[in-house]
Amino acid sequence: MSETADRVKKIVVEHLGVEADKVTEDASFIDDLGADSLDIVELVMAFEEEFGVEIPDDAAEKITTVRDAIEYIDNNKA
Amino acid sequence: MRRVVVTGLGMVSPLGADIETSWKNILASKSGAARITHFDPSEYACQIACEVKSADHEYGFDPNKRVDHKVQRQVDPFIVYGIDAAGQALEDAGLTDMSEEERYRAGVSIGSGIGGLPGIEKESLVLHEKGPRRVSPHFVHGRLINLISGQVSIKYGLMGPNHAVVTACSTGAHSIGDAARMIMLDDADVMVAGGAEAAICPIGIAGFAQARALSTQFNDQPERASRPYDKDRDGFVMGEGAGVVVLEEYEHAKKRGAKIYAEVVGYGMSGDAYHVTAPHPEGAGGFRAMQVAMKRSGLDLGDIDYINAHGTSTPLGDELELGAVRRLFGNNIANLSMSSTKSAIGHLLGGAGAVEAIFCILALRDQIVPPTLNLENPSEGTTGVDLVPLVAKERKVKAVLNNSFGFGGTNASLVMKAV
Repeated sequence: MSETADRVKKIVVEHLGVEADKVTEDASFIDDLGADSLDIVELVMAFEEEFGVEIPDDAAEKITTVRDAIEYIDNNKA
Repeated sequence: MRRVVVTGLGMVSPLGADIETSWKNILASKSGAARITHFDPSEYACQIACEVKSADHEYGFDPNKRVDHKVQRQVDPFIVYGIDAAGQALEDAGLTDMSEEERYRAGVSIGSGIGGLPGIEKESLVLHEKGPRRVSPHFVHGRLINLISGQVSIKYGLMGPNHAVVTACSTGAHSIGDAARMIMLDDADVMVAGGAEAAICPIGIAGFAQARALSTQFNDQPERASRPYDKDRDGFVMGEGAGVVVLEEYEHAKKRGAKIYAEVVGYGMSGDAYHVTAPHPEGAGGFRAMQVAMKRSGLDLGDIDYINAHGTSTPLGDELELGAVRRLFGNNIANLSMSSTKSAIGHLLGGAGAVEAIFCILALRDQIVPPTLNLENPSEGTTGVDLVPLVAKERKVKAVLNNSFGFGGTNASLVMKAV
């Protein structure tokens, strides 16, 4: 597992209060992890802070699974 | 008019995370005051408060018991305290599992005086330091005063009236009084009612200190600072927490065999029309609130055994309240006891009226009245009144009155009696 994946999963566990083993890369924030749209706004903010990337709103809308987040961050971080 | 009784109690206080612990500590003359830990108060005129203790403390509060992790992260502590106290009250009443039909007739009225001040303070700094894109998407609904009522309604599926009073330090009493009326007027059969506060944060302490409302002379002896009716009092000590009751229509409660603590028989409201922070110089507003509550109750003045005073430990307020009680009750004052539990748990602001109404109810249940701590040298003008100095007192308690007065000159009195 990549270092990005570890850090993303840690943020998801902390923000959504879910068990770590539920945060698989296929997991959908809304369907599998109980997030609502505002939780995703908050998660995206946390990813931006953690990784020093900027995630514009149109990109954020496409981030629906844990894998989406990891890939976006890996492709865009400085 | 339909009769309204109390069938459930819940509390998070500086002396306990539940009813029985808080009450036991109150009766044991314990104080919840200590040096502030929520932030470093070294630079502040007032450095003490009655904080709700953390979970590792002997009588600390564990938020994980009744509040989801996610909710805890999103909302201010006053909402966490409120949800927990509401949960306790519903559990105590045996009403956590109502049918859908019953839940249409069950509402919530839990207010707060200030709401999410710590969160407003923190996010303002985030905005200032990091810009608008770093402000939490949960900022607004995590700070709003009516969001205890909202959260409790969602958690327990309560679809009746959803209301939240905001009347500064009268909030808790107004919440219970208003909710009782909703039941009397047949808008609901069950109401979860009370108040909560958690404003012990830098801007809260600084603001109240600048208004010259807080005690500043006892930073080295926090437990001695809240001393209502004592000559050396110099302001209130801020508290935090929540008090919530379940109110229920009398026949509804009887039919399901509920435990009935008390009946809410009187509720009086008034405005001082005088000054934003100073009480009316003759205590006229407080007098009229009590007068109206007594009239509504149908009780005689001589029936009241215990008054839980507003008694905040400010130089002006305490004696004005006592003067108003003296004028209203006349010779009957010799037969009643009156104390201020703010001496032990501080001033819970919007939570005060609810927590203190609960202490009144427990006095009815246990036939004992809680003490006024630190009342070592009573002010002149207090003679002939039993202010229950220093230690709790066993006595007959059949009917009680609770006073709450707030900034803006808003006053509320509740009268309750044994059923």
